[in-house]
Amino acid sequence: MTEHGSIIYLEGVTVDYDGFKALNNLNFIVNHRELRVVIGPNGAGKTTLLDVISGKTKPAAGRVIFGKDRDLTGMHEYEITQLGIGRKFQAPSIYGNLSVWENLDLSLSRPSKGVLATLRGVSTAAEREEIDRTLETIGLTEQVHKRAGSLSHGQKQWLEIGMVILQDPELLLVDEPVAGMTDEETEQTGRLLQSLAEKHAIIVIEHDMEFVRQIARIVTVLHEGTVICEGTVEKVQADDRVREIYLGRQKVAHV
Amino acid sequence: MPPQPSAERHEGTMFWIVGFVLLFVLPVLNVLPTEDSWLHVSDFALNRFGKFLAFAILALGLDLIWGYAGILSLGQGVFFGIGAYCMGMHLMLTIGSQSVYGSALPDFMVWNQVTELPFFWKPFYSFSAAVLAGLLAPACFALIFGFLAFRSRIRGVYFAIITQALALMAWLVFNRNETNLGGTNGLTDFKTILGFRLSAPGTQLALYVITVLCLGGAYALCRWVIASRAGRVLIAIRDSEQRVLFSGYSPANYKLFVFVVSAALAGLAGILYVPQVGIITPAQMGVLPSLEMVVWVAVGGRATLVGAIVGAVGVNLGRSILTNSFPELWPFFLGGLFVVVVLLFPDGVMGVAKQVRGKLAARAVRLPKSSAVEGEQV
Repeated sequence: MTEHGSIIYLEGVTVDYDGFKALNNLNFIVNHRELRVVIGPNGAGKTTLLDVISGKTKPAAGRVIFGKDRDLTGMHEYEITQLGIGRKFQAPSIYGNLSVWENLDLSLSRPSKGVLATLRGVSTAAEREEIDRTLETIGLTEQVHKRAGSLSHGQKQWLEIGMVILQDPELLLVDEPVAGMTDEETEQTGRLLQSLAEKHAIIVIEHDMEFVRQIARIVTVLHEGTVICEGTVEKVQADDRVREIYLGRQKVAHV
Repeated sequence: MPPQPSAERHEGTMFWIVGFVLLFVLPVLNVLPTEDSWLHVSDFALNRFGKFLAFAILALGLDLIWGYAGILSLGQGVFFGIGAYCMGMHLMLTIGSQSVYGSALPDFMVWNQVTELPFFWKPFYSFSAAVLAGLLAPACFALIFGFLAFRSRIRGVYFAIITQALALMAWLVFNRNETNLGGTNGLTDFKTILGFRLSAPGTQLALYVITVLCLGGAYALCRWVIASRAGRVLIAIRDSEQRVLFSGYSPANYKLFVFVVSAALAGLAGILYVPQVGIITPAQMGVLPSLEMVVWVAVGGRATLVGAIVGAVGVNLGRSILTNSFPELWPFFLGGLFVVVVLLFPDGVMGVAKQVRGKLAARAVRLPKSSAVEGEQV
């Protein structure tokens, strides 16, 4: 596994929804063990960017390279997941009728996730330990036997993060992790993401600028499907075009 | 880490008790007491019960796909019909020249002026080939149909509609005389199975026992699937297919697996149905019977397996009682039952039973406490 170079590399990616270009000739690189925050106004193409990387949306043009030379375009979502890209959705996406433990057990990275292997599969002691460790990380040890559907909103968000961690991905895609969370939960989530960034590369989409300042090292600003600015929070906030996009919108909003 | 070991043990005990009653008590009550004894189970009753238990096998498969994986198939009657016709063709061929026209060909072929046995009938001279075909033909059909449907990500109500279209199509095809499967009249007038006369009570008793054993096997198979991690993937697909996809599983493969298993179980039900009932016609495999099968599972309670069996037996028992006394009321009753269950008891009989058990348990806990309080007051 190379520690240098990019974990994900998008080159000239265009996504076309009947004439509306959600991504327009986008170039985007994230390196190993990087925590990258992507911001931008509504409709800038942030979620579409994650859709393209995770295989949910097929780009009309361009290449998506994972690691050294793995082209992801045309692969199924579950194949991309097996390669080592995990995704946390904006609205908590968990299995409400299964227990917390079962949710995590299903997500755990395993050599085969085919029907036959899953019919016979039994959790090993090592796997149980790993699940227990993750339970501690996400603070749900006491809820382990609870139906996941009965958890609070914040707990569901953490459960999903735990599920993604157990997939042991090299790259984590996280869509607005703190939406609907209390201030305390937001801060805990920020710490969790930062500790995860020690081992994984993470792309976070976020609206909450305070949260962005808490976690971000490098910020990418998307607008109308292309990158218009990239750099530290200070640099991005000082950028004229970024101000124009956000302030221009605010003016319109005030009128 | 199984969540409720006590509930599972409870169900295991019930499995053996019910199995004992079905497998020993009922047959013994059929054979030993004299016919005028109140304990006597008549040949007719036992045979009818055998038919219901065959339906219960089908209901188990439907519960697997609909109750657990959340995929509503309105085409289970087709798989049932294919299985039934496979066995029916074999039974037709064993009639030989004992038929009305004395020809080696089945009677309906003589009417339709068919002079030579169609090629696809020929393997059905063999009993084992017929049984194998009755299981594999529905399974293969489900494999091809499911592959195309699930690959194109057809789900929810769209899947229900195309499986309903499948049922209509199968009904039309089997109704045609050109298909050489007996047309509207279907296959009937069977005489023997493996050399035993179908009209003999002993043969029917044996068929009943075989049906009970098959039901036990089907139940154990479904229980095993549900208890495995694959079973939890099925529930996960019902809860959030997107998450399953992004956890590295291919939902299409799991859906295909459960669809094929449910089709094979429906085929098995058809195989067991034909020799016990003595007739199979397209009317048993079309849109309406397929819908009725869904009602069985809904009434019994989805995603419980036991509920599927309770529903299949209960609804069919109600049907045979009601159609005896008020034949014209049955469709209204069935429709009404479905509406009532969907609106008032979404978890079916099993859901109601669970609630009642819960209340009784709560009362059992409360009672000693309240008496203790009273004791203090005195």
